[in-house]
Amino acid sequence: MTNVVLDINNLVVGLGRKADAHRIIDDLSLRVAEGETLCLVGESGSGKSVTSLTVMGLQQKGTLIPSGGSVKLVGEELLTASDRRLRQLRATRMAMIFQEPMTALNPVVHVGRQIDEVLRAHTDLDARARRQKILAMMEHVRLPDVERIFASYPHRLSGGQRQRIMIAMALVLEPKLLIADEPTTALDVTTQKQILTLIRDLQRDHGTAVLFITHDMGVVAEIADRVAVMRHGRLVETGPLQDVLRHPKMEYTRNLLSSVPSLVPRTPRPETTEPVVLEANELGKVYRERSLFGKAREVAAAQNVTLTLRKGRTLGIVGESGSGKSTVARCIVRLIDPTSGGVRLAGREISDLSRRLLQPHRQKIQIIFQDPYRSLNPRVTVGESIAEGPINYGMPRKDALARARQLLKLVHLPPDAISRYPHQFSGGQRQRIAIARALALDPDVLVADEAVSALDVSVQAQVLDLLDEIQKRLGIALLFITHDLRVAAQICDDVAVMQHGRVVEQGPAAEVLTNPQQAYTRALLDAAPGRGWDFANFRPVSEAAE
Amino acid sequence: MAIDTLPESSIPVTRPFRLRLGFLTATPIIAVATICLALIILMAIFAPLLAPHDPLLLAPAQRLKPASAQFLLGTDAFGRDLMSRIIYGARISLVIGLGAAVCSIVIGLLIGLVSGFFRWVDAVMMRVMDGLMAIPSILLAIAVVSLSGASIWTVMVAITIPEIPRVARLVRSVVLTAREEPYVEAAISVGSSLPKIMWRHLMPNTIAPLIVQGTYVCASAILTEAILSFLGAGISPETPTWGNIMAEGRAYFQVKPQLIFWPGLLLSIAILSVNLIGDAARDALDPRMKQREGK
Repeated sequence: MTNVVLDINNLVVGLGRKADAHRIIDDLSLRVAEGETLCLVGESGSGKSVTSLTVMGLQQKGTLIPSGGSVKLVGEELLTASDRRLRQLRATRMAMIFQEPMTALNPVVHVGRQIDEVLRAHTDLDARARRQKILAMMEHVRLPDVERIFASYPHRLSGGQRQRIMIAMALVLEPKLLIADEPTTALDVTTQKQILTLIRDLQRDHGTAVLFITHDMGVVAEIADRVAVMRHGRLVETGPLQDVLRHPKMEYTRNLLSSVPSLVPRTPRPETTEPVVLEANELGKVYRERSLFGKAREVAAAQNVTLTLRKGRTLGIVGESGSGKSTVARCIVRLIDPTSGGVRLAGREISDLSRRLLQPHRQKIQIIFQDPYRSLNPRVTVGESIAEGPINYGMPRKDALARARQLLKLVHLPPDAISRYPHQFSGGQRQRIAIARALALDPDVLVADEAVSALDVSVQAQVLDLLDEIQKRLGIALLFITHDLRVAAQICDDVAVMQHGRVVEQGPAAEVLTNPQQAYTRALLDAAPGRGWDFANFRPVSEAAE
Repeated sequence: MAIDTLPESSIPVTRPFRLRLGFLTATPIIAVATICLALIILMAIFAPLLAPHDPLLLAPAQRLKPASAQFLLGTDAFGRDLMSRIIYGARISLVIGLGAAVCSIVIGLLIGLVSGFFRWVDAVMMRVMDGLMAIPSILLAIAVVSLSGASIWTVMVAITIPEIPRVARLVRSVVLTAREEPYVEAAISVGSSLPKIMWRHLMPNTIAPLIVQGTYVCASAILTEAILSFLGAGISPETPTWGNIMAEGRAYFQVKPQLIFWPGLLLSIAILSVNLIGDAARDALDPRMKQREGK
């Protein structure tokens, strides 16, 4: 290998100073060469972020202690380097970009000045030269109208633009190593694609070594030269991209890859003539911002949304953030009140019912939320949470708790979970509990609002299987809101694509996702990372067609 | 892939968010505060047994006696035993402190919960609270006492009223954050009634900050009662309270400083102890606070 930039050997990072301390990173060895991108993949808690922070010398001092091995940057040992030396190295030799550019930037300083700070600290250039260099760098990361953006505060910029600023700041001194920690996870797919291309191009021009941390196999397939898979702080497998994706050696890697849902829609289920359980007719939600002076500002979060869902079917609503998909879901469940249009549940209009009149209909439609850590009351036992609904509708407490036990079994959790509190469960298990709670009222319609988005792929696959199984067994209709086209392709019968509060395209999943009619749907599909790979079958999609 | 491992059935059920009493001895200073407060409480409860004399007995022949074997801390201008009066004074201080804390928390909690949840109630209630907060609390207390006559109950009411807005605002802010939590929305969608949502899903979030706020209210109530008594606007002068003792001793401060010194010392110790325990409770309930201060 030529010119190794980052060389990690047998790194051990422990939690605390004791010899028997829990090892967060255990005997990790990695190398990144000049001009190469190494993707570090793993599920949450695998130690990927700790690795990157340790390289930068930014790990929590006093808590995370590197106790063995070495980390060398172009031959220089970093673990024993002084703070002063590390500070020097951090801008000039190595740089890092983070997941959330809004929190990584100072909100009260112009972005141009923030880049300037780096130059002032590490170069002797005068103000004029610095400004020129910054503007050039900003153009280099393809920001439009650089003079204006130079003097803008971070909140005036979009997420993608902010991430570009971060990249400009990281690369302005031409470091040898760029560490990117989930830099596109918080971005929409179309923006993600642009940022990935940008990182690729910059790397090619400057020969930077990139350590790219991600949990998303799609992103890996887009950007990696080599892949390193981590689990529980240990390196599971490493190798060139093609080798790892085609012939994974380890069981864990195989499982991880097979869990990635395919973008190719599953074989469509036959059309049914089952009754329609849920209808949204020209549903709209307008937010009015009243102001004392001048005209009220109106924002249409959803306009003219018309949807139909039959018993036992799954309808997906896909779109990027701000497209109004969650607004629609919340209007349908009546967590917020729609401003126009109607919602019919089993033929009965519910959008204009008062709170009291709505009560009997609520149990027919239930919702599962995105964040399993916040959707269960931490102070209430699992059993009480599940039984709350049935008790509200008059079931005796004893029967409701017995039902909770049955439901836990249905979602593959042990019945004795009912007496425990949510903090004893993992994210995936909590999401199962949330599903059990939603099912406790025997609903006709289950609304899943990004219900698997916060979960690791392997857990995500399990929860999707569970939803599928429940639908088959109970004949429930699913309204599935997601930003992830892969998930949509695997679970939905029909798909509605939303943009700017409107449905731009709607139809059977197999058609919309393979033969999109609208430019926006095509753009979305085109931007889906790793669309060329059929991960579960360890081959590119093109080979499958042959 | 196997379903991620479940907690073993043999693992005991652990409850989150329990305030363990261990925090009362977390550091030596807090332990001392706990002991001091415990001693004062015991002194108040067993006052009839501990006090060597009747705190109300006038003995003009014995006025302004220095400390002696008969009167351990001496006597006041009416010949009453100072030590007995101080011991009995602890009763009033603690009853008022505890009473004002409990009353202001109960009322403030109700107002805060309702106004955190209903916008229109909020608009009205918070303006009333703003109005109350705009009046200096001592003035408000003096006004209430002079309108309704001095007794331990009116003094308690007078001290409680100005504390209510603070508690209500605290509860309201907690409720405003908590009501956005998905588990509250989940409760709405499983058809839980509003009282149930408030009681079960919102109220528990307020307990931790209220415990802390309660200790501060308690400390400030003890002080306010003493101030009211000292100003002559409190409980009638013959009743032994720390404030009354100091008010009467004011005239003889030059010759008999112990008339002010001893009740003042106990007052300071009581307030300091309650405040320290409040801080300790805050640290125990919200470990992040401690970390931030530690840096």
